[in-house]
Amino acid sequence: MHQMAGGGVDWKAIREDFPILRERAHGHPLIYFDSAATSQKPQAVLDALRNYYEHDNANVHRGLHELSSRATEAYETSRQHVAKYIGAATANEIIFTRGTTEGINLVAQAWGGKFLRAGDVILLTEMEHHSNLVPWQLLAARTGVRLRFVPVRDDGRLALEELPSLLTPEVKLFAFTHISNSLGTINPVAKLCQKARAMGVLTLVDAAQSAGHLPVDVQELGCDFLAFSGHKMCGPTGIGVLYGRAELLDAMPPWHGGGEMIVSVTLEKSVFKKAPHRFEAGTPNIAGAIGLGAAIEYIEGIGRAAIFEHDGRLAEYAMERLAELPGMRVLGPSGQRGALVGFVMDSAHPHDLTTFADQHGLALRGGHHCNQPLMRRFGLPGTTRASFYFYNTIDEIDRMIEILRAAARFFT
Amino acid sequence: MSLELEELYQEVILDHSRRPRNFGDLADAAVRVHGDNPACGDEIHLGVKFGPDGELQEIKFTGHGCAISQASASLMTMKLKGKSRAEAEGMLRAFHDLVTDEMAEAPRTLGDLRMMQGVRKFPQRVKCAMLAWRAVEQALLQSAGEATISTETDFAVPQHRGLPDSAAPIGKNVA
Repeated sequence: MHQMAGGGVDWKAIREDFPILRERAHGHPLIYFDSAATSQKPQAVLDALRNYYEHDNANVHRGLHELSSRATEAYETSRQHVAKYIGAATANEIIFTRGTTEGINLVAQAWGGKFLRAGDVILLTEMEHHSNLVPWQLLAARTGVRLRFVPVRDDGRLALEELPSLLTPEVKLFAFTHISNSLGTINPVAKLCQKARAMGVLTLVDAAQSAGHLPVDVQELGCDFLAFSGHKMCGPTGIGVLYGRAELLDAMPPWHGGGEMIVSVTLEKSVFKKAPHRFEAGTPNIAGAIGLGAAIEYIEGIGRAAIFEHDGRLAEYAMERLAELPGMRVLGPSGQRGALVGFVMDSAHPHDLTTFADQHGLALRGGHHCNQPLMRRFGLPGTTRASFYFYNTIDEIDRMIEILRAAARFFT
Repeated sequence: MSLELEELYQEVILDHSRRPRNFGDLADAAVRVHGDNPACGDEIHLGVKFGPDGELQEIKFTGHGCAISQASASLMTMKLKGKSRAEAEGMLRAFHDLVTDEMAEAPRTLGDLRMMQGVRKFPQRVKCAMLAWRAVEQALLQSAGEATISTETDFAVPQHRGLPDSAAPIGKNVA
């Protein structure tokens, strides 16, 4: 699909797969530069959701009828797709969640609650999204676990030279993001996991911004847990994945109790299923999982390496063009980065800029991006962020620059 | 340029955002309120000094934020200076209606503040416009000392006219 004669991807044709890109906003053609918040969905995913509800809808794992068999098979096939997509050893290492946030909370409660004691340390970084910070703060308040942070340098990269002094024997888990949702920094995950493992420290990778954007293989990365969301990678909202190494998951107690997660129940006690079902109490988001499976198929049809290259070109071009604007400061590292640019303009506050852009059909995001400590670190109340995906174009970036130039004139 | 944008960012508003009036620290303030709009990162430090009859004798602010929040604070301080408590409370209600209620008539007493009516077309910007007003509401409430408010907590001013609690006084604690 979408392959051109020369072997490259036909990126223009890909836009046709996304019905929403034909929308207009405030009378202008929509330019959607907020994919880091949530991506748009291709027809293939919308069709999968519709097809499920029109033909296969039933509860999973317990109906002895035709539709339940179909639903169960589709749901479990999606789990297989996910396992293959991230290189998990088996599909039993794939837990369906509501999203990245829930995956991290699951680890904090089930693993952290059982294995951590007062005085143990969780190592995080200063660039974490609130979703990889607040769950640990809650755990710390409950158990007396302490939090420690790898600083962020002015160039938006982690101060890795400080890692040896931070990775002490009290550290039990190192949890960090693959790609910063504000800075665009791509962290050297494999290297970080290797250093942690050498110290006997487990690792959790927040792959919310990377899972749909570049090849992510848990074996190559060498991580113990990895969490991501379906909706940032062409899938529906309300579905996400927590990967955990099988031996870790099987040692963890359940975190939610209910149907689906038990082997047997008496009035006094219950015997729980093994992972992943132990962690999926209640009727799961069946349609969501099936939609995510379709999203994975769609993304693999294009190829993550090609997507990474294309998005990288967009980000690099955006950096270049933004630098032409007066009073412009772009955050994050130069060179290779994730598919987003965060910036501040002297002439306009992020929220004024975002409102102005919106009135011109351009969807940007302004604010702290669930990164309040990081914003404080850079002395900023917030930034404006343009984030890209493979359906965006160079022309759209040129249009963004025109709009930002007009905004600078308007607010100065 | 869209009409909505022109209405939201009228020249008076842009002027006040670039050169806010009554901007500075009020050294002998009776009450100081720190206001936060965590969704935007906007901040205001408001100082109020009351006169012998309880009127708002002096009112100044510092802080940072978007054009809407800065202009709203600047226009507000100009308007409330010298006003009685009752007048200030009335304006607080009238301004809240002005920026939130599609049907509200803008009372003449609001003067230049009526320029901010464009905000009602931008629901996500209401908090920006209300930040300074939430701060002054708290200042009136406690009359002395220091306080912190946030736009993320519930409004103490009645939000929906006509509901049973709409007659509630604005003296409810918001923190």
